[in-house]
Amino acid sequence: MRISADSDVCIGSGQCVLTEPAVFDQDDSAGTVVLLATEPDAAQQDAVRDAVYLCPAQALSIVEE
Amino acid sequence: MTTPDVPTFPMNRTCPFSAPPEYEELRTDTPVVRVGLPGGQSTWLVTRHEDVRAALTDPALSSNRRNPGFPLRAFGLRVTNDFPQPMIGLDGAEHSASRRAVISEFSVPRITALRPRIQQIVDDAIDDLLASGPPADLVRTVALPVPSLVICELLGVPYADHGYFQTRTAKIINRTTVVEERQAAVVELRSYLDELVTAKEREPGDDLLGRQIRRQRDEGTEDHGSLVSLAFLLLVAGHETTANMISLGTLALLSHPDQLGLVRDDPATTPLAVEELLRYFSIADAATARTATADTEIGGQRVAAGDGVIASGLAANRDPLVFERPDELDVTRGARHHVAFGFGPHQCLGQNLARAELTILFDTLLRRVPTLALAGEVDDVPVKQDATIYGCYELPVTW
Repeated sequence: MRISADSDVCIGSGQCVLTEPAVFDQDDSAGTVVLLATEPDAAQQDAVRDAVYLCPAQALSIVEE
Repeated sequence: MTTPDVPTFPMNRTCPFSAPPEYEELRTDTPVVRVGLPGGQSTWLVTRHEDVRAALTDPALSSNRRNPGFPLRAFGLRVTNDFPQPMIGLDGAEHSASRRAVISEFSVPRITALRPRIQQIVDDAIDDLLASGPPADLVRTVALPVPSLVICELLGVPYADHGYFQTRTAKIINRTTVVEERQAAVVELRSYLDELVTAKEREPGDDLLGRQIRRQRDEGTEDHGSLVSLAFLLLVAGHETTANMISLGTLALLSHPDQLGLVRDDPATTPLAVEELLRYFSIADAATARTATADTEIGGQRVAAGDGVIASGLAANRDPLVFERPDELDVTRGARHHVAFGFGPHQCLGQNLARAELTILFDTLLRRVPTLALAGEVDDVPVKQDATIYGCYELPVTW
């Protein structure tokens, strides 16, 4: 699984950070999404899928491999 | 035109904990339905969770409150003014630019950094509660002061003026306020904040408004009127909503002792309980209103350009396809996919501040006042059936 995040669309709701803080963070000055990992390990993948569903701005997408 | 078989909106909650009973039937039979508003305007009402999410991410639906089809009458008679609209009334790139300026102020890491100060504010409010009873009114001692003080410090608004902005906010959100009184409340609050922003422009401090002034100067985008609109939005939205969730959340926990026990016995449950309480009450049910600016489709229903749309957060959050036993309060359910903060690009800016305040408040209140109980009957609690943001006017408690 590979994740991509569109920080132009992101509204900084922080839903992804609340869901999987090991994968998602927020930039200190912009407030928008920062990916800490682009290829989450198996244990993180369910949470990443939840984060995609919860993102109000639909800024996250998953590329399954 | 309103005809007898067209339901009217808003619909009333029948007890402090219920959704309007009409929502269940609408969700099943006519999930996107034409409803009549007071005064004869009509609008679409969307009641399924999936459709509410779709509507709130549909670029054909505009948030501009000045579109003629906007279902304003759901909120009572509104005044018209030409003040710059804050971000809640903007669309697309204009909205994005306006929101981007402030999102870092409300990010998860920034709010985490505010937690120690929020804890102090909560501790002080509970001291006040304990000193003024038993019995005492939780709204006056805790529910209103905590979020008011937090948002004042964040924005840089003097808390000493809380009486001024709280009374005017109460008039603005009450649907039964007559139009002249609402106009006066808006103008008075606006001119108060106009003077405050002017003072900050002379001497910008280390607070949100001061930081916005400096950022605008750096970028050459100084805009006094928009800054006053931002202050207005954040001050009103920042205290009234959380205050109502504190009082209603406390009422719900005191009325469901098994659920209260789960929260008191394990602090790890509190964040889950906060999400569940947000879902259960969905206090800003009709705040997610839009107007179609192009023909579109919601849940299979054609919606024409110019039509108003209300995407009901409360109906969506009681959708049994998404939440099992939706009318039961279950603090252990994972409810984070609720739409109590809305959905789409306008989802609540202050949601993580609200989460932090509510989590700290319930954790502290239930442990410091373990014998807390309602003083009186649930049915006697005066609820805000007449306001666009649901809540209670008073919550008499004892211990």
